[in-house]
Amino acid sequence: MEVFLQQLINGISLGSIYALIALGYTMVYGIVQLINFAHGDVYMVGAYLGFFATAILGWSFLPALLMSMVVCAILGMVIEKLAYTPLRNAPRIAALITAIGVSLFLEYGMMLLVSPQVRTFPQVLTEVQYKLFGSLVITNRQIIILVVTVALMLLLQYIVHKTKIGKAMRAVSHDKQAAQLMGINVNNTISATFAIGSALAAAAGVLVGIYYNAINPLMGIMPGLKAFVAAVLGGIGIIPGAMTGGFLLGIVEAMVSGYGKSLYRDPVAFVILIIILIVKPAGLFGKNVREKV
Amino acid sequence: MALLSVNDLSISFGGLKAVSDFNLQLQKNDLVGLIGPNGAGKTTVFNMLTGVYLPTSGDIQLDGKSLVGLKPYQINHRGVARTFQNIRLFSDLTVIENLKIAYHSHAKYGLLGAVCRLPGFYAGEKEIHEKSMELLKIFKLDHKYDELAKNLPYGEQRRLEIARAMATQPRLLLLDEPAAGMNPQETHELMGLIRWIREEFDLTILLIEHDMSLVMGVCENIYVLDYGQIIAVGTPDEIRNNRRVIEAYLGEEAS
Amino acid sequence: MMSMFERKIGKQIGILLILTAIWGVIHFMIKGGILNPYYELNLILIGINIILAVSLNLINGFNGQFSIGHAGFMAVGAYGAAMITIKAHLPFAIALLVGALLAAVCGILVGLPTLRLRGDYLAIATLGFGEIIRGLIVNIDYIGGAYGLSGIPKLANWTWIFWLTVLTVLVISNFINSTHGRATISIRENEIAAEAMGINTTKYKVMAFTIGSLFAGLAGGLHAHYFYTIQPNTFNFLKSFDILVMVVLGGQGSITGSIIAAIALTILSASLQKLAALRLVIYALLLIVVMLFRPQGLMGTKEFSFNMFSKKSKDKEGKQHGTAIGQ
Repeated sequence: MEVFLQQLINGISLGSIYALIALGYTMVYGIVQLINFAHGDVYMVGAYLGFFATAILGWSFLPALLMSMVVCAILGMVIEKLAYTPLRNAPRIAALITAIGVSLFLEYGMMLLVSPQVRTFPQVLTEVQYKLFGSLVITNRQIIILVVTVALMLLLQYIVHKTKIGKAMRAVSHDKQAAQLMGINVNNTISATFAIGSALAAAAGVLVGIYYNAINPLMGIMPGLKAFVAAVLGGIGIIPGAMTGGFLLGIVEAMVSGYGKSLYRDPVAFVILIIILIVKPAGLFGKNVREKV
Repeated sequence: MALLSVNDLSISFGGLKAVSDFNLQLQKNDLVGLIGPNGAGKTTVFNMLTGVYLPTSGDIQLDGKSLVGLKPYQINHRGVARTFQNIRLFSDLTVIENLKIAYHSHAKYGLLGAVCRLPGFYAGEKEIHEKSMELLKIFKLDHKYDELAKNLPYGEQRRLEIARAMATQPRLLLLDEPAAGMNPQETHELMGLIRWIREEFDLTILLIEHDMSLVMGVCENIYVLDYGQIIAVGTPDEIRNNRRVIEAYLGEEAS
Repeated sequence: MMSMFERKIGKQIGILLILTAIWGVIHFMIKGGILNPYYELNLILIGINIILAVSLNLINGFNGQFSIGHAGFMAVGAYGAAMITIKAHLPFAIALLVGALLAAVCGILVGLPTLRLRGDYLAIATLGFGEIIRGLIVNIDYIGGAYGLSGIPKLANWTWIFWLTVLTVLVISNFINSTHGRATISIRENEIAAEAMGINTTKYKVMAFTIGSLFAGLAGGLHAHYFYTIQPNTFNFLKSFDILVMVVLGGQGSITGSIIAAIALTILSASLQKLAALRLVIYALLLIVVMLFRPQGLMGTKEFSFNMFSKKSKDKEGKQHGTAIGQ
């Protein structure tokens, strides 16, 4: 029972990270039907920016987090404008390959820039452990991750449902042409989507840097792929789906790690992916759409 | 025995009943039309006949054997071929390649012959090539055999789609709006072509069409569909004067 | 006056002679020490990459399915073949065959469930399968686990690589230029129409995966027996992307394109070896630029033929010969 609860706690922390990244994937897919392969690498850039702010500039947690989110939001928009906008009407495969190219570019570019070594995040928050119900441990870092994640999700929900840009995002996701005819600036809306998604990924990156204390240029690949699995699990294009999928995946992974071999962690995510794609490709929250012949 | 026997065919999408209790009998060599306002469910019927959609209830029998549940390619092997409402040619392939693909199920050599280039391969390829050219000649497309399908003018693309369907050597041909986008001259030629291929290839033909001149001019019997249900069956003259049909097309006012 | 059959045989003998000459010249240059091991290594790599690119092109380019887990099949072939030589002590040819067949079986296992997925979803599923395969290998200690497998006898050499590359290109090319190849291509062009014209699309989609993975497995076996050490990480998705880049740059749907791209990128890789990180950045940029400005790659869907340069094919843009279907 204790193992279960402990892994549950760990899983929620892990799941928060996946959820934050998954949100970016799902929002972008919902609006332009593109799997933004480079998204995981934006998370990595976010982590490095956080590192830069805390280690080099000596900032504290919140300013570093905010800076990273803002810069990555801009990065996301730039990538979109340069690499994806020209291919908006091209076959999906072309856009996917380009996304892979951008992803590789960010990874190896960063390697060139800062060397492939793993960097240590400075101890911005000294670890404090809280003991619960006997031998359960929850650290202050895990609490921070959860708090920040929940705060950002609430913020996202507010933006999506209570602001004009959020309404525009939902409209464009439904029907691009109709939205355009209603006077919505589709290009700006798409840019905003990328910006928000990237900011969330950056936050995840900073949080991970703080939690695990280590970052490297290829750190975005696995979490990126798994976050995508989480998005598909919840229903790609559906925001609550990404949140649910992220937490679910984190918990499952923590359980597998705790009860089984930790080396099975990575394949487990992909097994879940295959199962979902075969059994219910639309995801937990999704609806099936028939192709018109 | 009827060649095609459709009994109480129905399909629902979610809560919407797209087609209900569709009944149709085709004798060999019949030339029958299926008409109705937009959204009446005509292409949906075609899609059920060709296995693209699975009906919710009812039966489709070709020569007394049920087609329901079979995959589209299996239905094609049984002798049913079709064209599509929005042309579905292999656009980046040449005209003759479009036909050669349709001859695939009649190819006389297998995988081993292809990979090892056994003599059977060369003979088989020669046969496919010659048969394709013959068919193209009939459809007056042979001089363009090497053109990319997407570069053909619209009318020729529609003709090519019919030719391609014929290459699968069907007994029943389903044409989905073959005259769409054609001018009166082309439509007139198409009418002649349809009558001719029925004779020449011993075909049975069921066609969907909005162009009344073609329907009235070529079909011997007409089924009228509205909101997924048959509202009239009869000869062109009977249908022309049928009140329900006129109302369906033009609304209640036009009586 | 020669018959068609005689002309074909004559052409085939001619090609065989040219190929033997190429093989022979290089073989003796290696034996005689004119070509140092560095060049030999790169020629071997070129051969392996050609096999990988052409086999992936069958799945992605000709059949239009988007597979980005090809390295997984290569891994199965590599480990399978290595196990046969190391543990079962059977001859090289058998090892290669077993590796390739195992990879083909994996191809069927991957192909069957992923059939109904389209585009992006299929891509991710194949990536997922590649990762699952790699994850499984890492967890099986009998075949080396995370540390990999070493001590594989160096049985592959120029002769083996050259002729197996030729065989791969020949088999896939013959497949494409036949009714089966046309059926495969028709699925890419318009799957619903293909099905309506009597093509068993399921069968051909699985077939493409199977043949593609068979040859990827072959390449894996060759790789293992030249580099005598393999690790799960050798066959990760970065390797899959490497192969994908070759196919995309060469032209999805052109065997000639894949061959040229494999050669060019292997050479590019080798010459930029010193600037390792830069090479990868250039790769990435190349991929982006090509997709933005020339998505059909170098050759598009065209193949090399001797009348490519003649006046006939300099007609207006529209008149192309599509794939080299025998006429």
